[in-house]
Amino acid sequence: MSVLLQESLNGLALLGAGVGAGLAALGAGVGIGKIGGSAVEAIARQPQESGKIQTAMLIAAAFVEGVALFGVVVCLLIYAK
Amino acid sequence: MQSIKKYTLTILVLLLVVPFSYGSEETVEIEKKAFNAGEMIMHHIGDSHEWHFVTIGHSHITLYLPVIIYNPEKGIDFFSSANFVDEHGHPNMHHGSYGDYIIHNDKIHSTKEHATIYDISITKNVASLLLSFSLLTVIFISIALRYKKHPLSAPKGIQSFFEPIIAYIIDEVAKPILGEKKYKKYLPYLLTVFFFIWFNNLLGLIPGGANLTGNIAVTMVLAVITFLLTNLSANKNYWKHIFWTPGVPLPLRVILLPIEVVGIFTKPFSLMIRLFANITAGHIIILSFIGLIFIFNSLSMAPVTIIFGLFMSFMELFVAILQAYIFTLLSAMYIGSAIEEHHAHDHDHGH
Repeated sequence: MSVLLQESLNGLALLGAGVGAGLAALGAGVGIGKIGGSAVEAIARQPQESGKIQTAMLIAAAFVEGVALFGVVVCLLIYAK
Repeated sequence: MQSIKKYTLTILVLLLVVPFSYGSEETVEIEKKAFNAGEMIMHHIGDSHEWHFVTIGHSHITLYLPVIIYNPEKGIDFFSSANFVDEHGHPNMHHGSYGDYIIHNDKIHSTKEHATIYDISITKNVASLLLSFSLLTVIFISIALRYKKHPLSAPKGIQSFFEPIIAYIIDEVAKPILGEKKYKKYLPYLLTVFFFIWFNNLLGLIPGGANLTGNIAVTMVLAVITFLLTNLSANKNYWKHIFWTPGVPLPLRVILLPIEVVGIFTKPFSLMIRLFANITAGHIIILSFIGLIFIFNSLSMAPVTIIFGLFMSFMELFVAILQAYIFTLLSAMYIGSAIEEHHAHDHDHGH
């Protein structure tokens, strides 16, 4: 019985890791998508400023991505355990 | 010197071309047993005491790296990792033994009870680090010497490849973020960290290359250097903003204090995690596509693998330079926020 419980708990942990990685990717996708969309809009309005906009876009995307990657690393740790 | 320069360009061109031949060479070794994709991927992104390049038929082309063990009882032990043999007498890093030491899944243990040993071997990652170190040294010292000798002449050879990149880092990263007056002091670090990360990312994409920037210890060292550089060169203004943020009401200052103090550490921490996770994730994705061949064991998977693998390889070439750029940019911003004199622009810098 306890073996069965242990197995199902391990399975749940893996499920949690998978769902967590998915959610992290979802959040990052929404965030980076919004940044990219706004950057393209801004460049369309002011093409001469595209260099500055791209830099700002990359920085913002890096922060969003960083948070998502924290999530992914936690999921990877659960998987590797 | 001239011939070295000639070869470095060849190597650089190879760096751009080689990643596409990933599949056929890298994964042949795992056909024998029942295929475990997770195991194969973890083996390829991890560190090792041998540098395995390719298996043709049944012959392995492997570089056995030196093992250096500090043993508090005996002193330093130094021998080749080819000495770790299994019961058939073949070198084996999964379960081999040599003298007082056994190796199990690339971890060296002592056969004696309660003996602590310190493994400071030249592993695959260290060897790759030395390789990239020598590559960087040869390329950039030759470029620097030419700038010193002929400061006003047009760039030649490998110099013309790197000059626009160096100029970009100076004009777009160092000068605007650190300021015209102070940027020169931090420029060597920014350029070094940029080219170090970029070169190692590319070396990691070569089939058989080590996954150096996808090793969290390496990215941690880089992040710690940025952390030290930021906090040791910080001025009064920076510490005032952290401990007693001006321009906000008193209760808010008390709340902001712990957030800002934690912020000192989360910034380099996110640098570390970002580089590690991006590079590791890229390798895992490429290896997963290659692993599909062995999971399905059918020719019909080949087009899928080739197309997606090629796409991801191109993507990784871009990510290689993007992550180097982002690490440099964010390092510059953290240093810039620490050495900034005036107050007005504090909110522009991301926390």
